[in-house]
Amino acid sequence: MLTNLRKESGPREVFCGLTSIVWLHRRMPDAFFLVVGSRTCAHLIQSAAGVMIFAEPRFGTAILSERDLAGLADAQEELDRVARDLLQRRPEIRTLFLVGSCPSEVIKLDLARAAERLNASLSGRVRVVNYSGSGIETTFTQGEDGALAALVPTLPARDEPQLLLVGTLAHAVEDRLITLFQRMGIETVRSFPPRLSTDCPPVGRGTRMLLCQPYLSDTSRQLQARGAELIRAPYPLGAEGSRLWMEAAARAWGIDEPIIHATLDPLSARARQALEPHRQRLQGKRIVLLPDSQLELPLARFLHRECGMELVEVGTPYLHRDLMEEELKLLPADTRVVEGQHVEQQLDRVRQAHPDLVVCGMGLANPLEAEGIATKWSIELVFSPIHGIDQAGDLAELFSRPLVRHGALAFA
Amino acid sequence: MDLTLWTYEGPPHVGAMRIAASMEGVHFVLHAPQGDTYADLLFTMIERRDRRPPVTYTTFQARDLSGDTAELVKRHVREAVDRFQPDALLVGESCTAELIQDQPGALAAGMGLELPVVSLELPAYSKKENWGAAETLYQLVRGLLQHQRPGPTDHDPCAWRQQERRPRVNLIGPSLLGFRCRDDVLEIRRLLEAHGIEVNAVVPLGARVTDVERLPLADANVCLVPEVAEPCCNWLERHFGQPFTRTVPIGIGATTDFLKELHSLLGLETPDPREAQRQSRLPWYAASVDSTYLTGKRVFIFGDGSHALAAARIAQQELGFRVVGLGTYSREMARPVRAAAKDLGLEALITDDYLSVEAAMADAAPELVLGTQMERHSAKRLGIPCAVISTPMHVQDVPARYAPQMGWEGANVIFDSWVHPLMMGLEEHLIGMFRHDFEFVDDQPSHLGHLGRADTAKPAGTDLDAAGSEPDPAANLNVELQWTRDGEAELKKIPFFVRGKVKRNTECFARQQGKHQIDSETLYDAKAHFST
Repeated sequence: MLTNLRKESGPREVFCGLTSIVWLHRRMPDAFFLVVGSRTCAHLIQSAAGVMIFAEPRFGTAILSERDLAGLADAQEELDRVARDLLQRRPEIRTLFLVGSCPSEVIKLDLARAAERLNASLSGRVRVVNYSGSGIETTFTQGEDGALAALVPTLPARDEPQLLLVGTLAHAVEDRLITLFQRMGIETVRSFPPRLSTDCPPVGRGTRMLLCQPYLSDTSRQLQARGAELIRAPYPLGAEGSRLWMEAAARAWGIDEPIIHATLDPLSARARQALEPHRQRLQGKRIVLLPDSQLELPLARFLHRECGMELVEVGTPYLHRDLMEEELKLLPADTRVVEGQHVEQQLDRVRQAHPDLVVCGMGLANPLEAEGIATKWSIELVFSPIHGIDQAGDLAELFSRPLVRHGALAFA
Repeated sequence: MDLTLWTYEGPPHVGAMRIAASMEGVHFVLHAPQGDTYADLLFTMIERRDRRPPVTYTTFQARDLSGDTAELVKRHVREAVDRFQPDALLVGESCTAELIQDQPGALAAGMGLELPVVSLELPAYSKKENWGAAETLYQLVRGLLQHQRPGPTDHDPCAWRQQERRPRVNLIGPSLLGFRCRDDVLEIRRLLEAHGIEVNAVVPLGARVTDVERLPLADANVCLVPEVAEPCCNWLERHFGQPFTRTVPIGIGATTDFLKELHSLLGLETPDPREAQRQSRLPWYAASVDSTYLTGKRVFIFGDGSHALAAARIAQQELGFRVVGLGTYSREMARPVRAAAKDLGLEALITDDYLSVEAAMADAAPELVLGTQMERHSAKRLGIPCAVISTPMHVQDVPARYAPQMGWEGANVIFDSWVHPLMMGLEEHLIGMFRHDFEFVDDQPSHLGHLGRADTAKPAGTDLDAAGSEPDPAANLNVELQWTRDGEAELKKIPFFVRGKVKRNTECFARQQGKHQIDSETLYDAKAHFST
């Protein structure tokens, strides 16, 4: 187990859970995410989405005004009005997520009650669920955990045997993984979240689930409460992690070893080939991962074991020891893992160590680049198709590209 | 509660950050939860700044709320002062902190710090970004200067004459995340330099606390960005008697007026009004024959108050466009924008709902949109060319090249960036003249490659569409229309990129006339009908 684990507290520089709307709304095109919050929330999502999206987005903010703060009873009525206007405007919406924010949490605006009331008045035409993406309670990817956990009670109950993949994946990656599982003999493979919010998978005693993302603790707990069994494995990042993850499911299904090998060996061989040029560039290079998405530990494991990188420091906004157990086993015992953040002190350490690459949030990247340190935006790792054995080369490329670029530029 | 999909302005504390980040040696302690740290990327990514904004967020969490958040504020203030050793400290709170009422400004003031501390009240539930920037600049300037008391009656803006020195002014308002402020400051410096006027201080962009303290040494103030600078300029006028300019020097007429106004404030002789012709290319470019095609082009304008007003004047008077829509999201500027719209025979659109702007745009059916990045997207959807004239900022609005909006060079930049999205005049003439040439006939490869298809109707004005009046396609939709062979042959002679539009117009005309067949004569009748 890890010997060099520390907790840090101080000023943090991490997105809040609202940001996960940016990929969730793309996953479920029949859903709308209505943040109940402030102008800051609206501005945050707009800025985090980076470019203003060409089409009308499927997320918005009901901005609280002074009037709403003065009378909370009125705020509930106002929320009803805004939700109704919205649904009238967007009749194709089938699921409405009411997303709590810092201000709505602080004034204790009861979104659960609002959701219940709207559900009753919309009588099954639109399903309304609520969760919190507030920055006083959640960081970045935890928003997805909240959104999925809010959907769990709406899943139908069925005890048929199935493998449930939990966590948002890119469509192409998801299709590929399902094909591979079926090739090994796992017939029923479903995904959560589904591609349509109305196409929810059932859950019950026959459900065994694999987490595709490591940050889904609430969702996983709730699914377990509905009878699902969690298959413990490292996360499907990199050839090794993905293989262990797939093997864990195959073994849970009692698939014969020769079949597992016959299916996965060619993939592993191909991944090694795809990884090789990147490994050559990354080997021996020193990396710091600043806390952001909770993907830091699996990524560090991949970068160290498959790309030969030296881990200077691995930050994580929150360390869920239970869900990270299999990952922690694979990290060198003396890896410096820092949970939480004091951003100034952490940056002092980065400057002192002067690593070859830093994985960080968007606010920190250019200042570090200006100090001569190559960076990689952590948000790219939640947007890019990086899961699975076939993606190992692409994943490594995300890290080798900044180094290639630094090498390519010359102004003398 | 208002439903917002995209917003033109951030919250007021982002305005405060713009002032702090624009300056040197000013640090801002913001009582805010961790999510609010996203604002850093506005500076490091959109502005491509090479350092983080000088902001310490307290990033309180839910578990802190049951404890002592006041102590948390004080700890962060102490750490920030120790670490950054600023010359002045701003203390404020974001929307969430406002609700828990810790009053961080008062807490910091009570800490006995040996530096100026300015406490900001930024009502997040009623105000927005530009207001926050203006308020912060005003509070900071007032906080640093209120102890200096020359008294308003003492100030003589012509004192430079007796003191045998050049007149000097302050440039007030340019900030980070302001539209092209970096280059506007350079351009206005050059302009003033050419007129023998010195720049005493630029605030807040690049200013230190000592620059703020030197503000009273100027003879007059230039209110360069009214949205940010007006409360500050007003206070300097009340407190120190410094007069300030009201004209924003964007465009030829406004730059000329600005120079006249400033010269008169400083007791200088009125400058030569022909300077514009010598210094800027816009007047000649607009007058040259190639620009004839710009005549009466219909433009729709939406942006912040200053840029929308400037755009309306330039469009109407300096480029010969026809303004068919004018509006702003800056409620503070609603009055002058309404007045300008009224002069143009329009009703101003004052809103921060980009969807209603899009609706108004579609309704006005312009040939060019001058707007923000939001309008650029809407215009793209509607197939209308667009140039961006105003914030909210996008990484595209921070170009590597020198691209001011103000002064003589600004006018040149504006000419290029507004006119280039339109089809060039010479191109249009040639197409009109040579439209029967083989190159425009079907089955000839076009230099546009795959774009050279008959259905690629470009929304450019043509001889059949001179008035830009799109007939209602819904008229008599139920009539079945047939193109005769002769009509089709004539249609094929029309250049591919306008053929779609001509076809639509002709069919519509035919329907109005109750015709069922379209031959070459109908086509020419339609052409005559639509030429006004």
